[in-house]
Amino acid sequence: MKLTSSHYAARMGFGLGVLYLLLATPVARDWMEASMSRHMLVQMPLLVVIGILASRLLPTHWQNSVLAHLGGAIPFVVVALFASTYWMLPRALDAALNDPVAEVAKFISLPLLVGFPLVLAWRRLTLIGRGFVWTNFISMLAVLGWLYIVAPVRVCNSYLVNDQESAGWYMVIGAVLLFLWWLGTLFVGGGVGPDKPDRNGTGTSLA
Amino acid sequence: MSSPVKRSVVITSLVVLLGTWVFWWGTDGFTALTAETARRVEILRSPRPLPAVTLEDQDGNIFNLQDYQGKLLAVDFIFTRCTTLCRSMGMIFKQIRDLIPPESLGRDFQLLSISFDPDHDDPVSLKKYGQTYGADGKIWRIARVPDKAELKSLLEAFGIVVIPDEFGGYEHNTALHLVGRDGKLRLISDIDKAVPFAEQVVALL
Repeated sequence: MKLTSSHYAARMGFGLGVLYLLLATPVARDWMEASMSRHMLVQMPLLVVIGILASRLLPTHWQNSVLAHLGGAIPFVVVALFASTYWMLPRALDAALNDPVAEVAKFISLPLLVGFPLVLAWRRLTLIGRGFVWTNFISMLAVLGWLYIVAPVRVCNSYLVNDQESAGWYMVIGAVLLFLWWLGTLFVGGGVGPDKPDRNGTGTSLA
Repeated sequence: MSSPVKRSVVITSLVVLLGTWVFWWGTDGFTALTAETARRVEILRSPRPLPAVTLEDQDGNIFNLQDYQGKLLAVDFIFTRCTTLCRSMGMIFKQIRDLIPPESLGRDFQLLSISFDPDHDDPVSLKKYGQTYGADGKIWRIARVPDKAELKSLLEAFGIVVIPDEFGGYEHNTALHLVGRDGKLRLISDIDKAVPFAEQVVALL
């Protein structure tokens, strides 16, 4: 049993590594970043998801000890909030296109400072904590999307104003769908979001 | 640091401080959330030298950007096929010219509209654009940068990003630029701030 799970982890880790490197190739970056919608709503979420899936492969005892040493779930959630919000700044998007340092920072910080801390914190968050993370994220997405739709100016010098508007619409629609889905999990899955309740029962303690 | 709650509070505070500092640093003290604002803030703080480029105006005259040194120069970027913003840019530049005392025009202050589309904008199209707004080719020149490499370095120095749109034209960040007597870019304003822009120029005359 242990052997198969580590096999699975190795294969998964390899797959994620390949996906990460693929995303980092100039061809993939050019294509993803040519449109604001793909940049913000495909590439950046994918980087976070890679971080989330990769972090889940880390041994549980190791995750717990990192969490315990660094003050529990709350600082981890705050790190993820700051890092994800930063990459929503129009200026950060432009910088990622024009400044290689910013691009590298994006590729490192989205998995490491958004995906990784969310995974570590998630199992320790109560329903209310998870609800806070979800509603915060969903409302931010909706508000930002709305701003992009109604903004009288082009917020990114590197993107067409039409592109900004459609990215805005995708964000608003995405926020509504996410909200409905999350609301659904409240009734169906006990309100824990995408994750199963922690088997160790630690999911109820707010570290 | 013994109790976990205390530790959590301390580390959370540190994270908040650090995160706030990163935002402060990344937005020029919460003032510049977009690259466009950042460009303007940076120019105000430290005027930027411009590269030596050769231009060709609506009458086919060849000249250098550096020829303007010793005078104040208003610069905007256009392409003559533009049907939207550049049209109003023409009107705005005309308005600025008319707000400057006539005795300073040409002597101490000039205007230059630079096309970033040298393939389409030959002197004939530049002339046509100029005539629409009364650009005389002396006080106000409409010009292109024939050399692509020079054009690229000029756009970079000004911080102008030009991207093709789906109608065969371009979208670009549109603004009013003021180059000082030392040949450095010293001010970038919104295009709806023509009057304050002209007032700034008059104050410097």
